[in-house]
Amino acid sequence: MKKRLTKDKLFVAAVYVLLALLTVICLYPMWHVVMGSISDPIALLRHDGVLLRPLGFSMEGYRMVTKNPNIPIGYRNTILYVVLGTLLNMVLTVLGAYALSRKGYMFRRTITLLLVFTMYFNAGLVPNFLLVRSLGLYNSIGALLLPGAISTWNLIVMKTAFQTVPQSLEESARMDGANDFVILFRIFLPLSKATLAVMVLFYAVGHWSAWFNAMIYLRDRSKYPLQLIMREILISSSANASSDADVIFLEEVIRYATIVVSTVPVLCLYPFAQKYFMKGVMMGSVKE
Amino acid sequence: MKKAKWKRNFVRYRYIYLMLLPVLLYYAVFCYAPMGGIVIAFQNFKPALGIAGSKWVGLKHFVTFLTGPYAWRVIRNTLLLNVLQIVFAFPVPIILALMINEVHHKKYKKVVQTISYMPHFISLIVMCGLLITFCRSDGLFNDILVMLGFERTNLLAQPALFRPLYVMSGIWQEAGWGSIIYLATLSGIDPGLYEAATIDGASRFQKMRYISVPGLVPIIIVQLIMRIGNILTMGFEKVFLLYNPLTYDVADIISTFIYRQGLELSNYSFGTAVGIFNSVVNLVVLVTANTISRRVTEESLW
Repeated sequence: MKKRLTKDKLFVAAVYVLLALLTVICLYPMWHVVMGSISDPIALLRHDGVLLRPLGFSMEGYRMVTKNPNIPIGYRNTILYVVLGTLLNMVLTVLGAYALSRKGYMFRRTITLLLVFTMYFNAGLVPNFLLVRSLGLYNSIGALLLPGAISTWNLIVMKTAFQTVPQSLEESARMDGANDFVILFRIFLPLSKATLAVMVLFYAVGHWSAWFNAMIYLRDRSKYPLQLIMREILISSSANASSDADVIFLEEVIRYATIVVSTVPVLCLYPFAQKYFMKGVMMGSVKE
Repeated sequence: MKKAKWKRNFVRYRYIYLMLLPVLLYYAVFCYAPMGGIVIAFQNFKPALGIAGSKWVGLKHFVTFLTGPYAWRVIRNTLLLNVLQIVFAFPVPIILALMINEVHHKKYKKVVQTISYMPHFISLIVMCGLLITFCRSDGLFNDILVMLGFERTNLLAQPALFRPLYVMSGIWQEAGWGSIIYLATLSGIDPGLYEAATIDGASRFQKMRYISVPGLVPIIIVQLIMRIGNILTMGFEKVFLLYNPLTYDVADIISTFIYRQGLELSNYSFGTAVGIFNSVVNLVVLVTANTISRRVTEESLW
């Protein structure tokens, strides 16, 4: 009995230590970025290895970021794409899910099959690209929002959620003369708030981090979303590094400051969204 | 008579049909119209001539791809990158969930969970930008390697390091988030089982091994099938952001190859042909994984 207790204590201690280590590994890169972004640029350039606290203090990186006009433009565009895109996603997903959750109308099965098939077979990059171009959507916001306006996966999840709404509520509403739109908005949506919240979260995060369609479909830099601007600063810049000596020593600090500026808003929403994570992930595991 | 029935059905469900209209329009235009566009894989498609005017060439592009120098390279890289991820990255969230499940100190548990989910919310561009910054010859990883006695090099220009960096950065970003589903499953296991085991004298480790792990098996299998079904579609964006001509030999996968051929070089027909190859193989892999799983374990997606 005693031996077992010691073994258990050792086991639990090992788990706690290991988890602490993993947590540090998760956190450190983000810590490094924040500390780097407020460090003195020259001290940072000379410094090797980990950063536990800022080296000196300087807001030079942030000053340079605010001087870059592309970042506020990118921010504005991204917010626009997130809001409009998510709105379009939600309207179409809710309408489709409600229709699929109803029974009795013709072609219901055929329609469901046609929709589900698209989850398993995709025409591929080139035909999609040619289609968007031939529709005249090139260099327009439509090219970013219309393809992928419905995630079939989310549609099925939403449909499953609607199917759990008690039938009796719908029947009594119909008795009072309510049509499908009224039933959807007055009964189904209020009863599915948590699922809707998760779906908004997932769609919005998708739009926030999207960049590929913007890269292939947008020509004007004034329409670029934030992520594409970030790509230029963080990823493409090593290819065409600035030769301007005034800026070159600031490069590292600018990179860090840019990351902070572009990531903090999402991480601020994070505590509010956290309570939905468990629900969201479990929803994704429904079998159909 | 029959016509009247149709009409009645249509009138009765008119609002449903009205709701379906925009949804079906979306699927028709953005999912099924491109599927029609697949025919250009059998042509020498020229946008100026259109599908009707372009020359038909049969299976030429498929043959060119499969007998060409890049087919084996991109197929091998696609499979290898995914196999490495499944072997090394797939089990991490499961182990993490089992460990978090053993923590009974509420605050500690909450802190570990909150921090480990966070990297998931960093956008891919920022994560790759960060990785590139750390891998540069003056970056953090090099500073640490120099302290350990290695030489400074740009790590992402080293073909040998591409796969490990790809897999490890994926673990860093997704392990915590991936553990949520397993934690939720663990919280659903009947506490009576643990109590009975305690009375029988089982240790904490034994309870994890013989109660928690078997409780996770069904969800692990479902997750694994879904992961295998995604083999040929996953990873495009990340490889695209991280690779460069120096590492094409180990990093170029089918989807990045399609992008360069189809969009950068405007070989539309060839790119479409490789895309069809990709989609068909993907479907076959998914169906096979599902069938094997249904035979062996009675768990399946459909």
